[in-house]
Amino acid sequence: MKKIFLTFLILTVFLTACGAPTPTAGPTPAASDIPAEPTTAGSGEALPTDTAVPPAAASGEVRTLTIMSHDSFGVSEGVIQEFELANNVKISFLKAGDAGAALNKAIIAKDAPLADLFYGVDNSFLSRALDADIFEPYTSPALADVPTEFQLDAKSRALPVDYGDVCINYSKAFFDKNGLQPPASLDDLKKPEYKDLLVVENPATSSPGLAFLLATIAQYGDGYVDYWKALKANGVVVVDGWDTAYYTNFSGSSGNGPQPMVVSYASSPAAEVIFATTPLDSAPTASIVAPGTCFRQIEFVGILKGTPNRDLAEKFIDFMLSVPFQEDMPLKMFVYPVNSNATLPEAFVQYAEVAQSPAGVPTNLESMRDTWINAWTEAVLQ
Amino acid sequence: MTRSRFLTWLAPLAFLGLFFFLPFARILALGTDFASLRPSFWGQTFNILVFTLWQATLSTLLTLLLGLPLALLFARYNFPGKGFLRTLTAIPFMLPTVVVAAGFNALLGHSGWVNLLLTKAGLPPVTFVYTLGAILAAHVFYNTTVVIRLVSTALAGMDMRLSDAARSLGASPLQTLWRVTLPLLRPSIFAASLLVFLFDFTSYGVILLLGGPKFVTLEVQIYIQALFMLNLPAAAVLSLLQLFCTLIFSVLYNRYTARATAPLKPRAAWSQAPKTNGEKLFVTIMVTVLLAFFALPLLALPVRSVSRVEPERAQRTVQAPGLTTSYYTELFINRRDSLFHVPPVNAALNSLTYASVTVVLSLLLGFPAAIALARPGRFEKLLDPFLMLPLGASAVTLGLGYIVTFNRPLPSIQCSVDSVQFFLPTVHCSLNTARWVLLTSPLLIPLAHTTIALPFVIRNLQTALATIPQRYREAATILGASRWQVWRTVDWPIIARATVSAGAFAFTVSLGEFGAASLLTRPEFPTLPTAIYTFLSHPGGLNYGQAMAMATLLMVFTGLNIFVIERLRLPGTGDF
Repeated sequence: MKKIFLTFLILTVFLTACGAPTPTAGPTPAASDIPAEPTTAGSGEALPTDTAVPPAAASGEVRTLTIMSHDSFGVSEGVIQEFELANNVKISFLKAGDAGAALNKAIIAKDAPLADLFYGVDNSFLSRALDADIFEPYTSPALADVPTEFQLDAKSRALPVDYGDVCINYSKAFFDKNGLQPPASLDDLKKPEYKDLLVVENPATSSPGLAFLLATIAQYGDGYVDYWKALKANGVVVVDGWDTAYYTNFSGSSGNGPQPMVVSYASSPAAEVIFATTPLDSAPTASIVAPGTCFRQIEFVGILKGTPNRDLAEKFIDFMLSVPFQEDMPLKMFVYPVNSNATLPEAFVQYAEVAQSPAGVPTNLESMRDTWINAWTEAVLQ
Repeated sequence: MTRSRFLTWLAPLAFLGLFFFLPFARILALGTDFASLRPSFWGQTFNILVFTLWQATLSTLLTLLLGLPLALLFARYNFPGKGFLRTLTAIPFMLPTVVVAAGFNALLGHSGWVNLLLTKAGLPPVTFVYTLGAILAAHVFYNTTVVIRLVSTALAGMDMRLSDAARSLGASPLQTLWRVTLPLLRPSIFAASLLVFLFDFTSYGVILLLGGPKFVTLEVQIYIQALFMLNLPAAAVLSLLQLFCTLIFSVLYNRYTARATAPLKPRAAWSQAPKTNGEKLFVTIMVTVLLAFFALPLLALPVRSVSRVEPERAQRTVQAPGLTTSYYTELFINRRDSLFHVPPVNAALNSLTYASVTVVLSLLLGFPAAIALARPGRFEKLLDPFLMLPLGASAVTLGLGYIVTFNRPLPSIQCSVDSVQFFLPTVHCSLNTARWVLLTSPLLIPLAHTTIALPFVIRNLQTALATIPQRYREAATILGASRWQVWRTVDWPIIARATVSAGAFAFTVSLGEFGAASLLTRPEFPTLPTAIYTFLSHPGGLNYGQAMAMATLLMVFTGLNIFVIERLRLPGTGDF
């Protein structure tokens, strides 16, 4: 009895004493300061550096810059450290779900922004972000190295960082074994020889799913509903998201599923080589990059309105567009750099493909998105 | 309401008010523009509601069908491996949906073991994934442990003299079960059914991953409307509908269980080895069912985590399958210098910390509420159904509510140690007006978990407390026991078991919960489930293998924890 209550008591005291009982197991050096060191109590930020900083430290105080992003964001430790050291800043990251969810969270919290920067809005959601007015414009000098085709916002509220093509991937083994040519156009997918071979993501719950839907709308206009009805008749399988499609349904990757074609990224074959269990000399999958079959997703970063760290946020955007960061991205996020001076890693050059004349965003996307998705749902799922 | 009553209520109500009702109200207030809803919205919503109720009812009935005999098995009989099997049934409850889906796929999917066997035997393969059957099976797989735990706790504490009396009066074992045991178990069965129903009712991951996009529940629709379409009015209507249904279920539940309380007796366990042939048969059958249903899908993960399965390759027709430990060793290496590399030990420690805080918080808050509810006045009767609301509330909506409520900086007290004299530190505290935002603090995760775990804990403790005959307490008081002594010698021994069980629930809820944890993750404080998702977000055999290895670690880790919790001997309760 006593023991239990003692434990309760200790834990309660611990809880009330520290504003944030930061689980100290993070990869930060703060991991070592668990026992009775209430200096960080209440800060909730658990900065490795703030243990020695009194509340009113004057010069040389380390500031914190917070970057909100989707869950797929990745970067090398060394690259971020370089920026932190050069600018006497601590970078803190907040991941807020997949691309759509993260943006929506940033929008509903815009009165009191959760971060200084938001990275990861893509061109299929860009208009929503701009309409919601969550970004401050910033014309970075680094944009000079970025081709204008990527600069979709003339007022530079959202700045392009990277791009990637959503394309159909296929299992090379399946097509070899069956003596079948992979489809060369969206129209081909309606042919009987490709019956029951394709799995796609639901555009209502997945951003590659939405991207592929947009590619079909770019190609067929209002005829896209009929196109999808034909695909349905030809046995297209719909699943909720990318990981289910790729790892459960697709036969070309580790899941050994039933469908040899999946909507994924043109860079996925490169990832298959890089993350192979045993070293591979060629990718087990390939992308269909024929004209009109892919959708080009461009990802943007923006300074969130009301940030108190505008100066640092600008520096970080310049840094994201600079060559070191741009060259780090491909192997971390499997996307292409927008900076034309950045060189691609060897694996990318060898195994990843770039779409030939990919589809872009239809102009009336923002007003039509819900209508398209609803019509698609009725045509394909019901 | 007396003042002491009010004080009992203060903490749990303040907590729920701040961390449940306030955020919920804040997000609903953002979506009041109902005129913007399409006309077809209402008809569509009606269909979704019907399907949601239908699948939840079916799932609950099936869960009871499997759970009740298993509860009897665990409460009455001793057999080899009992502790292990009991733990096994609890593991699914804590596993992220994506992992469970992988398990079911390995077993019953397109190229799963069952279908491989069937094709070898020349039989047509079965389609399991993306059917209603898959949804139901997964719900039963997840929630059977709730029935086992609640009902076997009640069974173990049941006064055996009642069924002995029935037997000696000539009733057959089945008659005794039907006429004596089941009615006595009614409160716990109802409590379990309500919890299971609410879980199935708000189901979301299972529907998306195993049912596929053809099946839409209210929660799935809320997810689509709120997180993808940013259609807040639609999300608000759907959330309110879901909440309203939850309220109705809770009210119905209270009405049906108001008078049904069976006396419990504190005493040592009396489970025994099966004696008659019938008993032996029962135990054998149930253990077989249990192994087939729980062990096989779970086994698929550890097996997958050590097998080297490469996708088919064009050049090589012969695949070289083999065993490997490389997925495990890779987990510990940050090969690509990634900032967000998650060492498994850290993720496990974070999960453990969150879960422990959740257990402490929810027991501290749950006890007073359960005590008040066990002897309900008018106020408690009115309040009772509202306490269950967090269980039936949309996790997506609540998550967004947290964002609009806790995104503002809060003043906080900052303390520092100035000097240490005679081992006593001089602590200097000051009000810190710098940005401390609860939303981005790791503390938010156990707080959110407590909101979800609290209804469980209250229900669990309340069912146990309500069965303590008042005359025991009166007798103790007459004999001169103080209030504290009465609590210690009468109440505590009876509810100790329920406390362990409630604590275990809170623990498992926290370990397996992913929604709140993914609300806004601080990548430097990952939990085990978030780590699994990180691996699954990139293509490549190594990533998939590591996800399976991490899932296996999660399984072993949570299993060990439950095993330890169940073996806790609370002081003052003796052996049970």
